[in-house]
Amino acid sequence: MRKFILRRLLLGVIVLFGVALITFFVARVVPSDPAAKWAGPRATPEQIAKARLELGLDKPLIVQFGKYLVDLVSGNLGYSLRTRRPVTLELMESLPATVELVLISTFAAVFVGIPLGVISAKQKDRLVDHLSRLFSIGVVSLPTFWIGLILQLVFFRMLGLFPMGGQLSTEIKITMEIPRITGFLMLDSLITGNFRIFVDALWHLVLPGITIGLYPVGLVARMTRSALLEILSEDYITAARSYGLKERVVLWSYALKNSIGPTSTVVALSIGYTLVNTFLTESIFTWPGIGSYIATAVIGLDYPAIMGVTIFSAFSYVILNLIADIIIALDPRVRT
Amino acid sequence: MKWLSDYYKTLQPSIREFRLSFYLLNRNALQRISLIVIGLLVLIAIFAPWIAPFPSHAISETNPQDKLLPPSSRYWFGTDELGRDLLSRVIFGTRISLQTALIAVGLALLIGVPLGAIAGGLGGAADEIIMRITDVFLSFPPLLLAIAIAAFLGPSLQNAMLAIAISWWPWYTRIIRGQAVSIRERQFVRAALAIGTPMPRIIFRHILPNTMAPVIVQASMDIGGVILTVAALSFLGLGAQPPTPEWGLLISTSRTYFLNAWWYSTFPGIAIFLTVLVFNLIGDGIREVLDPRTRKF
Repeated sequence: MRKFILRRLLLGVIVLFGVALITFFVARVVPSDPAAKWAGPRATPEQIAKARLELGLDKPLIVQFGKYLVDLVSGNLGYSLRTRRPVTLELMESLPATVELVLISTFAAVFVGIPLGVISAKQKDRLVDHLSRLFSIGVVSLPTFWIGLILQLVFFRMLGLFPMGGQLSTEIKITMEIPRITGFLMLDSLITGNFRIFVDALWHLVLPGITIGLYPVGLVARMTRSALLEILSEDYITAARSYGLKERVVLWSYALKNSIGPTSTVVALSIGYTLVNTFLTESIFTWPGIGSYIATAVIGLDYPAIMGVTIFSAFSYVILNLIADIIIALDPRVRT
Repeated sequence: MKWLSDYYKTLQPSIREFRLSFYLLNRNALQRISLIVIGLLVLIAIFAPWIAPFPSHAISETNPQDKLLPPSSRYWFGTDELGRDLLSRVIFGTRISLQTALIAVGLALLIGVPLGAIAGGLGGAADEIIMRITDVFLSFPPLLLAIAIAAFLGPSLQNAMLAIAISWWPWYTRIIRGQAVSIRERQFVRAALAIGTPMPRIIFRHILPNTMAPVIVQASMDIGGVILTVAALSFLGLGAQPPTPEWGLLISTSRTYFLNAWWYSTFPGIAIFLTVLVFNLIGDGIREVLDPRTRKF
């Protein structure tokens, strides 16, 4: 297994290199004048000339790529055109808010999506199965950003149940000191025992959480169902049943355990989807995360910021898939 | 342009496959409804100028005196901030969405299919290089690469299509390559090789036609996802630009007004949802029909 993991890690490094190569091409080769993009839409000729020098555009491509790699490895993603601050720094500041959202939705994907898939497989072609399949295919057909608006319309405008956006109510932001230890608002408020902030933050998380969470729940339920259906037709399941094992044990222990491969792959996939979906929803909920950051960057054509988020997201996705693969490697049948 | 006519011939077996799938799909009620809805959507897209109650509202004509009116017998879907009939704009949006999705998938096929055939047909170093490139493209989360490419190409609907095609082709390359590898070993390919048929001809004339069916199926299943992607790019400001009545853009514009004009975001969203849903339902059906384990005659 160690050999498998090592080989997988090596492959991961190669893929990361490839990702760097593609992002390099997108940023430097696709635009007709990369320096003009890098310096921003209202740059003076001097600023563009400076950017050309900064990017090393006068040098051969291979040298440029070398410099690009060195910058990446040292965590230098350039400066935002809008704020003139380092992109890496701004990413780190907005990361915790996004991680909160992604965690919530992954949690939902695992603890709602998987049981839904199991029940659906168990009740194949019965009403529950039809409903859960319709749900799964329905939520993957919904435009995420639209759900956000509709939830706001219903639960904020019509029912007044939940706040429209933001991470905290204005009155709490004004009257109370916001704890900043890890940057994760919920965690920080728990550590400092600030229960009112925690509840308020939780309250603000509901609508964006549902918006972001629906897609992965549907995706995971669908994959779990089809993986389980395949496994349930295997001989060892029939054997387990004929031993007289309880159906509950067969289903939740025997079958589900064997579907861990496809399931962990799809969970990794759905985290990737979720991350990109935050690009479409955070700005709706004025959620101060990476999604709002790139949405603002796109509107202002802040190229260094767009590139920074792209590279960051792609790298995290590759690493996630690596983790999923290593989980799969724990399955003795995959070991080589 | 010899290869182009060869390319055309490749479509023939998939048409046969399609007819069979159509027959099987037609037996499930949900899928039959989906097929009918897709047919309707295509009709709406084609005849948009005749169906829309106010065709001139689709692009630029404005009537400020009618702005943000709720749905009524005159304006079924209400009006937008410039007094344009939302129903007309949504109808024209159907045309844009279907067209864009078809072109984007077509472009992706145009890149992906030949590359897959070359990789699978030639094998060796070419195979290795092409497949490693697709691996890297597939290691981006979906939509992310399209966002980056669209941003650097500059925001426009054309560039959004191009960006989607560039981030989508590896899926098709993978499918075609997998097929081609197994077909390469078949007798008729060896026979062609033995009588000295040049390699390009073998790949495009003998191998490619036999690999097309699954990729055409996959492409038709992808239409829903691509429509969603186009809407998402437009929503971010990277796709269609105002005053184009693209669905994602309509929703994006509605954000300023929707709290006091519920119809503005609701109807374009329903249009996207329904369209993507029927394509996904059909895609699901096709998958079931083609999978021997779930196939029911």
